[in-house]
Amino acid sequence: MDLSAINPLLFVAGFLVAATPLIFAAIGELVVEKSGVLNLGVEGMMITGAICGFATAVETGSPLLGFAAAAVGGAALSLLFAFLTQVTLANQVASGLSLTLFGLGLSALIGQSYVGIKPPRLGDIDFGPLADIPVIGPILFTHDIILYLGIALVAGVWAVLKFTRAGLILRAVGESHDAAHALGYKVKRIRTAAILFGGACAGLGGAYISLIRVPQWTEGMTAGIGWIALALVVFASWKPWRALLGAYLFGGITQLQLNLQGAGVAIPVEYLAMSPYIITIIVLVVLSADKSAAPASLGRTFHASN
Amino acid sequence: MIRLEKRPQPSRALSLSTPIMAVLATFVFGGLLFAVLGKDPVEALQTIFWQPLFGEYAFYYRPQLLIKGAPLVLIAIGLSLGFKAGIWNIGAEGQYIMGAIFGAAVGLAFYPAEGWYIFPLMVFAGALGGWAWAMIPAFLKVRFGTNEILVSLMLVYVAEQFLASMSLGLLKNPEGYGFPGSRNLQQYMPAHNAELFAGSGMHWGVVAALIAVIFAYVLLAKHRLGFAIRVTGEAPRAARFSGVNPARLVLFCLGTSGLLAGLAGMFEVSGPSGQITIDFNVGYGFTAIIVAFLGRLHPIGILLAGGLMALTYIGGDIAQSNLGLPAAAIQVFQGMLLFFLLALDVLTHYRLRIGAAEAA
Repeated sequence: MDLSAINPLLFVAGFLVAATPLIFAAIGELVVEKSGVLNLGVEGMMITGAICGFATAVETGSPLLGFAAAAVGGAALSLLFAFLTQVTLANQVASGLSLTLFGLGLSALIGQSYVGIKPPRLGDIDFGPLADIPVIGPILFTHDIILYLGIALVAGVWAVLKFTRAGLILRAVGESHDAAHALGYKVKRIRTAAILFGGACAGLGGAYISLIRVPQWTEGMTAGIGWIALALVVFASWKPWRALLGAYLFGGITQLQLNLQGAGVAIPVEYLAMSPYIITIIVLVVLSADKSAAPASLGRTFHASN
Repeated sequence: MIRLEKRPQPSRALSLSTPIMAVLATFVFGGLLFAVLGKDPVEALQTIFWQPLFGEYAFYYRPQLLIKGAPLVLIAIGLSLGFKAGIWNIGAEGQYIMGAIFGAAVGLAFYPAEGWYIFPLMVFAGALGGWAWAMIPAFLKVRFGTNEILVSLMLVYVAEQFLASMSLGLLKNPEGYGFPGSRNLQQYMPAHNAELFAGSGMHWGVVAALIAVIFAYVLLAKHRLGFAIRVTGEAPRAARFSGVNPARLVLFCLGTSGLLAGLAGMFEVSGPSGQITIDFNVGYGFTAIIVAFLGRLHPIGILLAGGLMALTYIGGDIAQSNLGLPAAAIQVFQGMLLFFLLALDVLTHYRLRIGAAEAA
């Protein structure tokens, strides 16, 4: 075993990349849950975004168009969820699960002819001399634009939820849909918008995996990241910055276990690969004692006649 | 303007007919999907749903129906108990894997001994493996209030890695020329879950599935515990007043579903599959979720739904080899079915009213 083989700079830069899909998916789901809806279809929307983005990037040669397509693909799938839960008032847990099962199948179907292809590369932003600063430069200033967009998104969601009227309405709908309805807010419309936003974010996160992190297409490549994002929202107590922190924590663990695999640690590869999932469970256990931060209407179906 | 008006009582007739409507809608949209993929939709549907039952080679496919259906029904019965009570075990795939590993490990430990007791011990170990794996989310939920959905799902990925580790390490066939995978239990008679009647597809897993259906039916219809499950799902507060202990219910529902999933895995590894390999699991644990809903969480319904799902698997295989229909298309088809089912379910609980809303 040779731990010195792990370059600390590359490690940190790597975990920022590993965390980005989680940031997108978690911040999207956070907004959805703030509106009082539990969408368990994150995994399905991510994998759909991953293939939509990949296919579009390969066909057009433009990774940025790929990301746009991924957001559209994720949102389109989430529209199905919105229809099921907001129009036909179906159970949110079951609908979310069906979205994941459907998304996994659909992505495999679309992705058949894209196995083994290399996608066009999205270049890093040129920060000029900033990238040459020792230590900080390679860590912070050698990334693609989507990674920074993820961080900006967290800041944006935080600001909107905290300071704007729209954020207040969203939170009101999530805390008490009956009260919000009585005040004249269109509960279903607001929730549908939140669900679409969540879908677009999950799609972007998925495309980040297939276009940048891996980058190639394999069936089921999201491998539970969507579910970890769901756990992250609980971990974050529905607070955006905490979600970012959590994503970095998990990104760090994922990257560390990959690096340890590479360094040939005596622990078998399979046990290292288990670790992010086990740590997710442990974190959930530690944090699940306090549920007070959860939106009060989370997971409840709203129907005006009730 | 179409409005929804809540029915005072869920409609029984619609509750029974919506699954059939969902299947028909899936035929239509699935057919469209096949057409988009450049296949003749009628031929594709005929291949999937007719060939295995009444086609030229039906004698070969009919037994397969039992082989694919048994694990689906066995797992779905367990899941349905929890789903009814609002306890969501979605990690049956992991429990299925652990049951298979435990069962196979016990069988392999006796190799090459002979004895009637080996297979029963394997059944016990398989059930124990699945049960123990499901008790992790159950215990964490009861003790710490941890979300069982996320924990049970995370444990699927852990179980998959454990499966890889077992088939490359501890359980690897020492005479397997270095290939991953365990000894083939089909060639070790005391551990082989053989067909009870040659060529029928009927193995012990099928028997277990039928027993589980009867057990669940009696439990839900006659037993106090079944009442507790139903009340908890429909009105959790009322359940608490009627003396239902929610913690015990969580332990029971998750434990039972894990046990049944473990059994399904054990019967699969000792029978149709034969050995522990890296890709031993094929998603029965997830498809069983669809089966449970398609069967309206009712034991008899699940039996029928399991048969239908098994049909899509077998017919899908035929369509894959004969028509070149991609395997993923069948997965989409199955997902579609669940969508239609959930969407149409609204009709059971609500009436559609056409016209402007009255001023309240």
